[in-house]
Amino acid sequence: MKLAFVLNGKPVELDIEPQETLAEVLRNRCHLTGLKISCEVQVCGSCTTLVDDLPVSACTYLAYEARGRRVTTIEGLSEGQPLHPIQQAFLDEFAFQCGFCTPGMILMAKALLLENPNPTDFDLVAYTDGNLCRCTGYRPILKAIRRAASLMREPEAARP
Amino acid sequence: MSRKKPGEFQVVNHSVAREDGVAKVTGRAVYASDIRLEGMAYAKLLRSPFAHARILSIDASEALRQPGVIAVLHGNNLQGIDPYYGHAVKDHPLLAIGKVRFLGEPVAAVVAEDERSAYEALESVRVEYEELPGVLEVDAALADGAPLVHETSYAGGSFRGFDDPGSMKASNICQEVHLEWGDVAAAFAQAAQVVEGVYYFPMAYAYAMEAYVSIADYNDSGLTVYSSAQHPFIVRHDLAGVFGLFLNRVRVVVPFVGGGYGSKSYTKIEPLTAACSWKAKRPVKLQLSVAEAMLTTRNDDARVRIRTAVDREGRLVAREATIHLNTGAYAENSPLVARKAANRIVGPYRIPNVKVDCCAIYTNTVPASSFRGFGATQVTFPGESQMDELAEKLSCHPVEFRRKNLAARGESIHPGLRPLDADLAGDIAMVVQALETDKPLSKGHGRAVACSASDAGSDPVTSTIVHVYADGSVSVMTGSTELGQGSHTVLRQIAAEEMGVELQKVRVIGPDTAVTPFERSTGASRTTTLMGRAVLEACQEAIVQLRDMAAEILKTAPENLILERSGVAFQDRRLSWQDVLRTFFGLSDCSIIGRAYLRKVGDLALLPVFWEIGCTGVEIAVDAETGRICLERLVTVGDVGLAIHPAMVEGQDLGAATMGLGIGLYEELLYEGQQLLNGNLLDYRVPRFSDLAPKIDLLLVQNQDGRGPYGAKGGGEGSLNPIPACLANALYQATGVRLRRLPLTPERVWRALREQRNKGDNVGH
Repeated sequence: MKLAFVLNGKPVELDIEPQETLAEVLRNRCHLTGLKISCEVQVCGSCTTLVDDLPVSACTYLAYEARGRRVTTIEGLSEGQPLHPIQQAFLDEFAFQCGFCTPGMILMAKALLLENPNPTDFDLVAYTDGNLCRCTGYRPILKAIRRAASLMREPEAARP
Repeated sequence: MSRKKPGEFQVVNHSVAREDGVAKVTGRAVYASDIRLEGMAYAKLLRSPFAHARILSIDASEALRQPGVIAVLHGNNLQGIDPYYGHAVKDHPLLAIGKVRFLGEPVAAVVAEDERSAYEALESVRVEYEELPGVLEVDAALADGAPLVHETSYAGGSFRGFDDPGSMKASNICQEVHLEWGDVAAAFAQAAQVVEGVYYFPMAYAYAMEAYVSIADYNDSGLTVYSSAQHPFIVRHDLAGVFGLFLNRVRVVVPFVGGGYGSKSYTKIEPLTAACSWKAKRPVKLQLSVAEAMLTTRNDDARVRIRTAVDREGRLVAREATIHLNTGAYAENSPLVARKAANRIVGPYRIPNVKVDCCAIYTNTVPASSFRGFGATQVTFPGESQMDELAEKLSCHPVEFRRKNLAARGESIHPGLRPLDADLAGDIAMVVQALETDKPLSKGHGRAVACSASDAGSDPVTSTIVHVYADGSVSVMTGSTELGQGSHTVLRQIAAEEMGVELQKVRVIGPDTAVTPFERSTGASRTTTLMGRAVLEACQEAIVQLRDMAAEILKTAPENLILERSGVAFQDRRLSWQDVLRTFFGLSDCSIIGRAYLRKVGDLALLPVFWEIGCTGVEIAVDAETGRICLERLVTVGDVGLAIHPAMVEGQDLGAATMGLGIGLYEELLYEGQQLLNGNLLDYRVPRFSDLAPKIDLLLVQNQDGRGPYGAKGGGEGSLNPIPACLANALYQATGVRLRRLPLTPERVWRALREQRNKGDNVGH
């Protein structure tokens, strides 16, 4: 079947099987391997992808559901810039180790900050609690999202 | 070796940008699961539905007729290769042969053009089984006349020093370790106080978020395997054995690894993937799911019967323990876990009389192997629980009681091993201060401090090559795997520090056994200490060559040159390494190599390479209504000699402690009969954002007392080991309930509180 959607700002049209998940289509057909698959049961958040700016678990989201929508992956996050402020903040705070959860974590942070540019600590934890990280113990990730929030609110003032 | 102090380093001891950072935040980092080769086929596995059963027949003919299917492998069609592997005991067939030994064991592999075709053909493989009585727990496995998991004995693996498998008795005992010094019986007879108990450490799953994956290409020139393995050189050894190939014909490449925590140590699915490629005559990828990874490796759950004695002055006089490790169906690395558990139950204390019997026992469950902490986690829980239990009997503060018994730096805690190379009394003092143990506790709160010492570093066999280029750049060739621990960053810092170049000019080439020199393994917290030291020595060796070249250029003796940062000076002339190479060779793009290898001689002759210290403190709040424990405060100490990268050491400590929190409070693989009940991430609960302690102190101790570069020593596992005991001891302080079985789930805590209340009522009436 045909599937048309906007992928990282560019329209795409693909031939897919009806049973293919968004994760399969993005990884195998579009070769966007920044999307990582781990638990396959919507628990870990590593496959988090934005569809119309909302986070979905691509491992269990049928690709067909994305028809006509805007899909954003880690590869499209910075919109042509070298790094998005969230990516820069993750670097600055050492908010990753093995990096396997990182693309999903960053996209979840992006969705959060789009919805709520000034999250409280409670908001942060409530929003991100569905993304697992086995390496960091989470604190560096929270610091990175807080730093990203301030960078995005006041891009000039927040720079050293 | 250089002995700069903190504050004097240019690159080392600074939290520089991570080498893998941009690749990881942009999604461009390549993991084995992202690799695809031209003409690649895909394998899927049929797994055993029984814990213990004889395989009567396998019929793959219908599966072979399914669309897209290229080959089907099973235990009856592996002629032409040696289908067994195992570095300690060669007991593990790459597919079940003759019988299955655990539910979930791979029985057949279907290779097809795509994953879906392979998966759909699995149900066409017909396997007839005759179920056998199994042994699912250690008591059943040790009973007289118990069914045997392995009837035959096997050849030893590549690691010597384990029991001669040829003499293995007809039993389910995989490995026995006995450790003894002093006179334990006499010491207990004369002791002032004794505590005794049985403790249970649960079966846990490491949950590396990237499940096991490998891609194999077997062809006329040899075998190439891309894998998520932690120890590529040990995988190479096992593959060479399976296929009868010379070491130089087996190439194992490890790109970025999506978490390991010990679970990707040693050989997993690589021989099976390689056999699929050998059979299909195509490159083949085998990607397991997380649910399958849970059927591949877990930790050894442990039952520890232990007693500890003190004299009237509160000095430890004896410890005696029997440790039963549930090793599952295959030995994997459990023989070594058994030895380490025995060594590490002593803790960082001076105990004059010790007797330990540790036994790794085969059962019909998922095979156990390495897991972060490695034996220490299993035994620090009972050992440090008893330290608090004894302190109470002596009416002594638990911290005071520990201080009194801690070995000092340079003191031996274990005859025949290296004396302790850390100042634990200092570490504990820092934890006590950060935890503010002098402040009053709220109701329902408890605090605890615990510590551990692990003989770490494994065998110190490590080598490296450093290329120094005429344009001023440097490459480090390392067989150490970047698991996220930051080894590539640390090695890059060391090379930049030594060669005097900017960090960005140093490239780290990761493990490829055809390209990078031999490295035993990436585990036992050894990389910074051993590979870091090898990189430092290789740089120094390159510098000697460069100095000699400079002397020739300047027509003087090498001794007359003054070594400076990134070059040499002679009278009024200064030559950078770049100038030296360009002039010496007359070309602008040439290079030289510096090399180093370490082995068990000189200051590395005595094992362990270093003692890895764990020293942590917690404050918890216990909800008496629900039994739920919340971590309110966490303190860790990274006693790492010198933090090459302080932020990454802190990151390792918090990550390790969080894993300890998971096992302490929630994580446990549960069996019901032969079936793993919670073999998926929905039912197996790992720590989340909301479990994070509100107050965390990650402290560093930099006494430069290790044998690594600049006095560094390893970390990354230590802060896991004492956490479960901290939680149990804090629970006791908060509620008076002593639990000797982990995890401390709300249900367990709630039941214990209710029992305590009922007892109190009975006393009252």
